[in-house]
Amino acid sequence: MANGTEHTIKAFDDEIVALRGLIAEMGGRAEAAIEQAMQALVRHDLETARRIVAEDQLIDEIEAKVERLAVQIIALRAPLADDLREVVAALKIAGVIERIGDYAKNIARRTPLIGGRHTVEALSVLPSMATLAVDMVRGALDAFAARDWQAAVRVCDDDRRVDDFYNSIFRTLVTFMMENPATIGQAAHLLFVAKNLERVGDHATNVAEMVYYAARGTPMPERERGGDEDSVES
Amino acid sequence: MIEDHSVKSDRPAKMSARNVNVFYGQKQAISGVSIDVDMDNVVAFIGPSGCGKSTFLRTLNRMNDTIAGARVEGQITLDGTDIYNPDMDVVQLRARVGMVFQKPNPFPKSIYENVAYGPRIHGLVDGKADLDAVVEQSLRRAGLWDEVKDRLHESGTALSGGQQQRLCIARAIAVDPEVILMDEPCSALDPIATAKIEELIHELRGRYAIVIVTHNMQQAARVSQHTAFFHLGQLVEYGVTSEIFTNPREVRTKDYITGRYG
Repeated sequence: MANGTEHTIKAFDDEIVALRGLIAEMGGRAEAAIEQAMQALVRHDLETARRIVAEDQLIDEIEAKVERLAVQIIALRAPLADDLREVVAALKIAGVIERIGDYAKNIARRTPLIGGRHTVEALSVLPSMATLAVDMVRGALDAFAARDWQAAVRVCDDDRRVDDFYNSIFRTLVTFMMENPATIGQAAHLLFVAKNLERVGDHATNVAEMVYYAARGTPMPERERGGDEDSVES
Repeated sequence: MIEDHSVKSDRPAKMSARNVNVFYGQKQAISGVSIDVDMDNVVAFIGPSGCGKSTFLRTLNRMNDTIAGARVEGQITLDGTDIYNPDMDVVQLRARVGMVFQKPNPFPKSIYENVAYGPRIHGLVDGKADLDAVVEQSLRRAGLWDEVKDRLHESGTALSGGQQQRLCIARAIAVDPEVILMDEPCSALDPIATAKIEELIHELRGRYAIVIVTHNMQQAARVSQHTAFFHLGQLVEYGVTSEIFTNPREVRTKDYITGRYG
């Protein structure tokens, strides 16, 4: 598959294709969930927020399907070399995407708590942070589909920018809370939203590292990772 | 991340092949193979049918000598001595480098006689008690003693396939070899008998240098610490087993082990 050569046993190829399809579908849903959760938050759209919370279950169901298929492939096909690395990566990536889905759900759940009065300045920056985090997730999944380790390294580089967003929002919110003690509750929820997005970026980085390993057979070198060390406030 | 079960052997290579070519008449079956085999790491030879892995295995104790028109070039040494040296006693060589074949081939004699035959003709034992001891020790090492100790004088051919194969291993061990060559030793055995042979290989590692030819990739992965992939008479890749099966360097190796060999 990876190098365009097919397996002698065609059913094996079909299963790998199915596994990739599930990861792509799962990833697409998680990306959309983060994007829409952020929109719902900004627009105070409670209906969309409720739907995102409910639809997280679909992501969980796909994760279970990935697990079943990966275990089946390992048991019945005894994959080796790049096949083995890909199946293991898919299994782990599914777990990570499930977490990203949970963050979307978490953001959506805060929508009713943050209320309709958006006086907090941080809220204007959060959508950009969400876009960047979603781009990282999309980039990591595209890298998985293409087995492009260089693209995976680029995704990791972006994590620094997400961390910068988080640190900036953290400072803004802390200042805001000191100046407006009456909105501390609302600001605290926004801080959690920012933290969730920061974690989405970390998870996209994890996916990218798995893509790198699946493609190359060696762990991504430390220096090429985005690194978490910058998010000192975390 | 992948645990390397191979051992950095501090003993010199037991056998070394350098630039070995094998011809069957005009046809070249092996081209320029160089490889070292030590006592601490089981070596698996893998590769598609006709790739030369069995041919190469057989050069290690000169079994190809028996094939008319077969010719070996290059150098193969056992403890530094060229085994193709005209002075080499081939019978002695094959006692030092024993072989177990695909199909169990016990002599049509008793279990006891199968094992006793080698030590007796090689003059390795002194008297009945000594021979009994060698037979018992060999059968124990081959993991067969408990199953046959009460019927040592029954025919070896009456045993099950897996027991027969372990009897053949006991027979090879009985002449106190240094190297054991196994040519698809489990291909005629059921999974339980196969597991017993594999466990046996694990136990024998370190005491003997072991080379196994197998078509079963999982078996190669399970029993060996070093794996050599042969293709079209060449040694394509030789390395640590865990590396070969998770991250082979050569595309040909990868295509073969992942089932893309076309």
